[in-house]
Amino acid sequence: MPEPAKPEVDDVVAANSRGQRVVFPHRAEYFASMRALCADSFTMLVDLTAVDYLTYPSGPGSRVLPEGVVAERFEVVVNLLSIARRERVRVRVQVPTDDANIASLFDIYPGSEAMEREVYDMFGIVFIDHPDLTRILMPEDWQGFPLRKDYDQGSIPVQFSGDFAARRVPR
Amino acid sequence: MSTTDILAAIEGGNEPAQGLRPRGVLTARELMREVGAVLRMSEAEVAKLGDLPEDPSEDQTMIINMGPQHPSTHGVLRLMLELQGETVLRCKPIIGYLHTGMEKTAESLTFMQGGTNVTRMDYVSPLNNELVFSLATEKLLGIEGDIPERAVWMRMLLSELNRMSSHLLFLATNGMDLGAVSMMIYGWREREEVLRFFQKVTGLRMNHNFIRPGGVAADLPAGWRDDVLRLLELIPPRLAEYDVLMTGQPIWRERLQGVGVITAQEAIALSATGPTLRGTGIAWDLRRGQPYLHYDELEFDVIVGSYGDAFDRYSIRLNEVRESIRLVHQILDRMPGGDYRIQNKKVTPPPRARIDESMEALIHHFKLFTEGFKVPAGEVYVAIESPRGEIGCYIASDGSATPYRLHVRAPSFVNIQCLPHMMRGGLIADAVAIISSIDPVLGEVDR
Repeated sequence: MPEPAKPEVDDVVAANSRGQRVVFPHRAEYFASMRALCADSFTMLVDLTAVDYLTYPSGPGSRVLPEGVVAERFEVVVNLLSIARRERVRVRVQVPTDDANIASLFDIYPGSEAMEREVYDMFGIVFIDHPDLTRILMPEDWQGFPLRKDYDQGSIPVQFSGDFAARRVPR
Repeated sequence: MSTTDILAAIEGGNEPAQGLRPRGVLTARELMREVGAVLRMSEAEVAKLGDLPEDPSEDQTMIINMGPQHPSTHGVLRLMLELQGETVLRCKPIIGYLHTGMEKTAESLTFMQGGTNVTRMDYVSPLNNELVFSLATEKLLGIEGDIPERAVWMRMLLSELNRMSSHLLFLATNGMDLGAVSMMIYGWREREEVLRFFQKVTGLRMNHNFIRPGGVAADLPAGWRDDVLRLLELIPPRLAEYDVLMTGQPIWRERLQGVGVITAQEAIALSATGPTLRGTGIAWDLRRGQPYLHYDELEFDVIVGSYGDAFDRYSIRLNEVRESIRLVHQILDRMPGGDYRIQNKKVTPPPRARIDESMEALIHHFKLFTEGFKVPAGEVYVAIESPRGEIGCYIASDGSATPYRLHVRAPSFVNIQCLPHMMRGGLIADAVAIISSIDPVLGEVDR
């Protein structure tokens, strides 16, 4: 059920997910939209994360995006909170895989610093103009980005389960 | 280092290291992270602040690693501190030592098994983790309004008792960090009393997996009311003892008052929640601000501080134990009878007795525990007030029985960002008090 957007973020596609307000700015207008939302009393950035939609099933019924939003592999999801109005809004931005970068929100919300580093660490999305974009959870010499869907989960061989003998580490 | 440098470094397989960079190459922008950006200063003003020591030559300052094995860092938190004598000039928390990829693991566990995973994140308040995961799953399933009353009130009872046990642990560790070692023993002793009740209800002291999508795992055991009443009688006099031991004591006040100060504006800018935010005078508690379960029907006070220092954060937690006791009294009075989980065949396994007499029930039970239940596609973010602040759960579902992506917004992970700001210009002895006053749980910082 579409919901009319607030005038401050007028040109941004808005929608409603399970009763929660969601806006879908384009990557180019992301920073400006966030600035507008911050001015519109959404002064706290509660959460910033990303989703890798690489293996998401396609077809009707799955991954509903409002009209005008082109689906890309990555999606950066930002949850904002307005303490004054006791409201929340979620911002979802599409980020393509061949050019995985997006503006950093550090200048608007300094609290995004660690969260953007985590998303960089886990998904390899580069936040432009982030003051200290380094790995935060993984070791700094780690190869690859673990929460990407094409990153293998890995497992420890378990005795008596299928291919245990084949996967056993030789001494 | 600019973004293009980072991109080039990634391609070359040589990523930048995390750590404090030497003063010589420090840019004003990097410094803004600690001082300027929060206050929205200009780069020139920040650069001026960067000259904190009069003589910035490298041999005047030294970089010391505090942790990851330092006992007062509450786990494997490592702080890189730049010191001049005993004064902390810069600080950078380095985390990840406990990272086990729980969010990745969650993608291969069904919604039924997911509780066992999230409960291990913030292991000091596991029931709150399970609660937020269950609420998010129920919202995706569209059954959030159909949870039986008894289950809702049981969730509130356990959530509040968990807040008590978590804050009692904070009082213990905070006392220990500041040298009040007997407080450590008292705090752990009282917490153990609460955990004993949890053990009776859920079978485990920690990592309960008791609050599940659709309700709770089992009904309250016989005699639970007496146990809770005993707890509620036992703890208030002990809190009065803590007041004598710590709150009014001059040494305690000297160590905490005016230490690790943060203003309301800074706390909001740094996304701090929980006692860290309330210490600055902002009465933001999700139980009051955006009530979930039945918190809107209960009477309690949101405790706020006025100075935003470590003492405010200590007294907020101490008094929140009292508020939780008030809440538990009201919950006891209003605990209804009835089902403790939703009677929805899709989510709830059949009762044990039915399995013996019905083949369908057996198959149903088997399917539910092997394949799990399917959750409609969509995405949802649910947040509740954990003892440490706002704990949020973001789930993107693709319509299968496992979450496509599960993200937990961990309050400690975000609150730790306040550390450099609070420590700047303070003494290294205060660093211990400041870490303790944030009350981080590294299990949830690293996940």
